[in-house]
Amino acid sequence: MSDLAIRCSAIVKRYPPDVLAVDGLDLEVRRGECFGLLGPNGAGKTTTVEILEGLIEPTSGEVEVLGQRWSSDAPSLRERLGITLQETHLPERLTVEELLRLFRSFYASGREVAEVVRLVSLEDKARTWYERLSGGQKQRLAVACALVGDPELLFLDEPTTGLDPQSRRQLWDVVVDLKRQGRTILLTTHYMDEAERLCDRVAIVDRGKVIASGTPRELVASVVGREVVEFEAPQDGVREADLHALPGIHAVRRAGTGWALTVDRVHVAIPALLDHLEARNVPLAALSTHRATLEDVFVTLTGRRLRD
Amino acid sequence: MTRQGTSFSPLWQLTLARLRGFFREPSTVFWSFGFPVLLTVALGVAFRSRPPEPVRAGVEQGPGDEAVASALRGRPALEVDVLRADAAQGALRTGRVAIVVVPGDPPTYRLDPTRPESRLARAVVDDLLQRAAGRKDTIGPREEQVTEPGARYVDFLVPGLLGMNLMSAGMWGIGYVIVEMRSKKLLKRMVATPMRRSDFMLSFVLMRLFFLAVEVPVFVGFAVLAFGVPVRGPLLALAGVSTLGALAFSGLGLLVASRARNIQTVSGLINLVMMPMFILSGVFFSPENFPRAMQPAIRALPLTALNDGLRAVMNEGAGLAAVAPQSALLAGVAVVSFALALRLFRWS
Repeated sequence: MSDLAIRCSAIVKRYPPDVLAVDGLDLEVRRGECFGLLGPNGAGKTTTVEILEGLIEPTSGEVEVLGQRWSSDAPSLRERLGITLQETHLPERLTVEELLRLFRSFYASGREVAEVVRLVSLEDKARTWYERLSGGQKQRLAVACALVGDPELLFLDEPTTGLDPQSRRQLWDVVVDLKRQGRTILLTTHYMDEAERLCDRVAIVDRGKVIASGTPRELVASVVGREVVEFEAPQDGVREADLHALPGIHAVRRAGTGWALTVDRVHVAIPALLDHLEARNVPLAALSTHRATLEDVFVTLTGRRLRD
Repeated sequence: MTRQGTSFSPLWQLTLARLRGFFREPSTVFWSFGFPVLLTVALGVAFRSRPPEPVRAGVEQGPGDEAVASALRGRPALEVDVLRADAAQGALRTGRVAIVVVPGDPPTYRLDPTRPESRLARAVVDDLLQRAAGRKDTIGPREEQVTEPGARYVDFLVPGLLGMNLMSAGMWGIGYVIVEMRSKKLLKRMVATPMRRSDFMLSFVLMRLFFLAVEVPVFVGFAVLAFGVPVRGPLLALAGVSTLGALAFSGLGLLVASRARNIQTVSGLINLVMMPMFILSGVFFSPENFPRAMQPAIRALPLTALNDGLRAVMNEGAGLAAVAPQSALLAGVAVVSFALALRLFRWS
């Protein structure tokens, strides 16, 4: 058996007349890993995931999920997958328990309802109507509905979008728990911190294509370096070419009214920068550094921020 | 980790979810059970049996008016007023009197022949004036008065309202609910599971049959107790025709819901399907009132078949065999609409 949970190549999804939602996307997800699809809204993440889930048919391209194909093995695949959609409204006046019993009934084998309720920490709400749950509780229930069939592969489409920080952290705990049990998870998000925290590997998607992939650490190191130095100084006092010439500088870009430098060795780059500015008599208004993130990767690759 | 007996049957769980959703929404419970009863009460009161109304006649002022008026007075079936010419004209136009008599030799009857009460008034007035002028009756017939349950308006109305209720419940209860589930992406979520699509559709049919078992006894029971509406045919025939009607309109409900993406579209479609049947299929008045050329089309409507079947059983005492044509039409509509709905259904 292949150690790949998902393999797809050159998938294209075209909506007539002229929308190209997915434009030749390749992806490999290994069994047992948590894989993140990252990208801004409208990048084609949800379309890609729904193609993998067998809910949308691609215009062209090859899709293999858990070694099976949608065209020939749909019923058996449905038994092996768990899915949360980006937005689902479950029936308002059914309780958590009733909804889970309903979804459980669709699977030939699966988990006990009470066990799943525990997994997503909704024990107190088991007899509460769906309409009376908070946003975070509804989202955890959606994950629970995906878990009742005891899936080999779990799809979570933007599981924390629109949630408050505490609810996000509670949902992360659920995902970390599932990772620990060795489940394969594919999640989409436009939160870079979420991807860094949860995902073993990520692919950055923009305009329907994968523009970079790897572990979060690899991506950051290979694309932007390890640290980002941001400073503010009068625009006319600094030239981009001079900054490039400084030692230890990986990349230079404008950031708002100042500059952002990505660097490998911050202890070399900062003294060189300060010397440079002092020599040219340029006053320094502000200086800060942070560890480079996937957000910096995205900005470097596309010139745009993730949530514009 | 394993299957837990029959309580996990997906069809049963889906049906249970439907029933729970319904009973936890008080307004839908009212529309399904309370509203038809209220409507029957209102119409039953409005069209209750009354003693015949007297006919009003006007006599225009002028020479000889007193002679005419006194010839007409003293009959309980006729009220007579002597009016000035212009007032008489106005009273006739607004319907306060059904006829105006202008005294003279011979007198003139002024009336609108398209108004039934005017034609009645003419007959009464003419009879009285002819007798006053000396005409003799040549025969003296006896009269027997009959008002029997089964021939009253309310007896006609109740089966029609039951049919109408079965139609609306099927169309709204299924069509509307399914499209709401589609617009909220719940359908998409459900087909992402191994759920059998036929189970999903059958759960709606089962739900309708559950309600039928409550709706029909409540409604018919109320009509029998409150208005003495007869059920002359076997209860089995009543149950059979009602069930086929519910199945036919469940199928049509599924069909109108099969493509619509939002509530507005499906509401429009439901009204489009139901409105002609409200008017043509004999809910409030007999479809015989429509021109003969329209009759074959009217007979082909499922609500006409349902109402005819229910009236045959309740008012005329028909058994299952006698309503076979109506039953066959309803069964046909059910089968065809289900098959089409399954083919056309849009899940996402």
